[in-house]
Amino acid sequence: MNRFQKSVLMALLLCMVAAESMAEEVTREQIKGLDEQVQDIKKDILGISAELTQLEEKLIYPSNTQVSVFVTLVKGDKFRLDAVKVKIDGKDATHHIYTFKELEALQSGGVQRLYTGNILAGEHTIDVSLIGKGSGNSDYLQNASYKFTKSVEPKLIEVILAGPSSSNQRIGFKD
Amino acid sequence: MRRYICLFGLCLSSFSFAAGDPSRDTKKDLYLGEAFYYAFQGEYVDAITRLDTELGQFNRLDDPNLDPMHFQINHANFSVGDFELSYRMHQRAGRAIKSVLEGNVELSIRNEAAYRLARIYMQKDDHRNALKTIEKITGKIPEKIRDDELFLRAQIYMLTGKFDDAIKILQSLQGARDFEGFSTYNLGIALIQNGQELKGFEQLDKAGQISSDDDGTLAIRDKANLMLGNRLIAAGQPELAKQYLDRVRLTGPFSNKALLGSGWTDVALGKFDRALVPWSLLLQRNVTDKAVQESMLGVPYAYAKLDLHGKAALLYGSALEKFGSELAKLDASIKSIREGRFLKALVSDELKQDKNWVVKLRELPETPETYYLLELMASNDFQESLQNYFDLDDLRKRLESWEDYLDAYEDIIKYRHQYYESILPNIDKQFRAIDSQMRLRLEQRQALDDRSKLMLVSPRPDFLETADERIIRDNLRILTEKYKNDSSASANDIRRRIKRLQGVLLWQTKTTYDKRLTEAYKHLHQLDADVERLRSIYRSFVRSRQAATQSYKGYDDQIRQLRNRVRDSKEKVNTLMARQGNMLNTMAINELDQRRIRLEEFQVQARFALSESYDRASKKQQDEGGAK
Repeated sequence: MNRFQKSVLMALLLCMVAAESMAEEVTREQIKGLDEQVQDIKKDILGISAELTQLEEKLIYPSNTQVSVFVTLVKGDKFRLDAVKVKIDGKDATHHIYTFKELEALQSGGVQRLYTGNILAGEHTIDVSLIGKGSGNSDYLQNASYKFTKSVEPKLIEVILAGPSSSNQRIGFKD
Repeated sequence: MRRYICLFGLCLSSFSFAAGDPSRDTKKDLYLGEAFYYAFQGEYVDAITRLDTELGQFNRLDDPNLDPMHFQINHANFSVGDFELSYRMHQRAGRAIKSVLEGNVELSIRNEAAYRLARIYMQKDDHRNALKTIEKITGKIPEKIRDDELFLRAQIYMLTGKFDDAIKILQSLQGARDFEGFSTYNLGIALIQNGQELKGFEQLDKAGQISSDDDGTLAIRDKANLMLGNRLIAAGQPELAKQYLDRVRLTGPFSNKALLGSGWTDVALGKFDRALVPWSLLLQRNVTDKAVQESMLGVPYAYAKLDLHGKAALLYGSALEKFGSELAKLDASIKSIREGRFLKALVSDELKQDKNWVVKLRELPETPETYYLLELMASNDFQESLQNYFDLDDLRKRLESWEDYLDAYEDIIKYRHQYYESILPNIDKQFRAIDSQMRLRLEQRQALDDRSKLMLVSPRPDFLETADERIIRDNLRILTEKYKNDSSASANDIRRRIKRLQGVLLWQTKTTYDKRLTEAYKHLHQLDADVERLRSIYRSFVRSRQAATQSYKGYDDQIRQLRNRVRDSKEKVNTLMARQGNMLNTMAINELDQRRIRLEEFQVQARFALSESYDRASKKQQDEGGAK
């Protein structure tokens, strides 16, 4: 038997030894069993998470005063959104600086809930400012206002952002 | 490949959300979009929570057709299954999709559900159920999954021994761009497993020559060439094998194995000087790689065969030194793992920001244990266990923060309770007084309304007299009474005048009756506006009053139960994390032990070879001395 054949045989032997050693210590059944337990605890915790979300909404943002602002991008628009600032009735409500991952999620069609708060029923104004970059890395700044009426049910406002090359309105609103 | 399929699944979801039907733009459900926003970022707990909450609320609606979610309910049900699948919750994802499959849905939706369920079974290595499920697909298959379904079906057929069927499908997929390289490689494997070795080799050869810019395709091309090379070595055709091994890129994931194999084919052909080319290249690479370590024995072996025993002895000596230091590194790594540093390094947040975190981890000087674990880390079992460990760590952090949330909620409730309990009794007292006044006025208004309706059918002019007229009428009545028994002439005159005045009064009220009735209606109508405003204020007050109570009452049981659930889950998570961590440690130590055993074997071989080379070098020197 030449050296080459010996080497191949030895490698095979080592693999077998390794496989046996692994089988003694961590079996597929053990991995599977533990994985099932992890799945069970995930299910329990997701249940808690959903209940906490509902509790938070009921306790902190009851429907008669709740207002939520959602941000979406115009479909197919790939401009770089850096930050968004929101004012409600002239007061700062929130601002957000976007990470690359968040921007990608928006560009893929995701909807970001930017703000949830409480306001009284009646007429209100929302002001939105966006900062971003257009083609050729030029600064892109936009502002827009929108009047809306809050009634008994939760108020959802969608803010639709478009880039400089879009034919759409730069900052659109839908409620 | 599993990762490939899983990622593909997510791409599919994102595509279907982003595209969909055009009407959805105007009717999209923002909460569903929010769930996708998190899913696109890999935040599956948030994505599933949002979507579960939304689906729960949707299912409780009296008329779900009024909710924008109803336009996308099938999509939402699929998506929750997809998110769960991506979050490695195969059991629940399977159930969610199974319920769609068994529901009364369109054929194309049922087919898509069957495809996804089959994919789940494949991920669980349950090939029998995967086959059963994929064979339920009949009729029209949605365009977006047509090729994926075929590829999955072929994989299932291959794993269940139905090679003829797999071959037919894979042949039909040869033009599919998404599966370029993968379909040809799999076709080659299927043909070989079906006993058609030559045809299989042809396909592998084809896969090994595909030109592409895609990393995945290039990797499968290398894999095809490596497999062909190894098969031909085993078949005793080293010359042919070398052609394929040399096609493997020098920088890809299979390059080290190919270089090693290429050297061995040269050795088998007796071309020891040629073997030095790939092996010398390997020697410059990372010393922890198995192929590199083997080449450390191969290079001096080739030199010895070339009768350069001195050089061989030197290289064996160098290899021994390196094996020794690597063994020390392995010992240090095993110790480090036992001390828990490996797990600590794995869950460091800084590391997880990097996409190539496994590679980066390997380069960290404070984690020597990871030098040897790259291969293990790429294995499916380890990856699954590691992901579970990450998930458990994430859940542990969430549970800890939720305990803080619950504390904050209790504080809010306590402060609201203190505030409202001090002001509500007085407000309620005032409200009761106003409420009774309001009820009285509303009853009065109702009485007027009833009376006016009655007057339409039986006119009553007296009801529409003004206050002055009413006083005049009363005065005339008093005067009539006063002069009733007076028989004087002046009294007669007064009675006549009274009657005349009463007549005038009657004339006025009767002739203006319609006008008066219209006026009365107008006034009542004006009053209605005020009544409605009053009712609106009343309703607003009642809502605010209820909201005040609801803002602090009725939460105690829910928060207590949640706190208990959070505590229990935390305990379970800690236990599972310890077990999962222990499993990872064991797997890592096992891997390091195997590498240790292999290195020790190499060390023994190197020692023998060193002494042999040394002897031969000395003998050669003596022979040369003697000859001189």
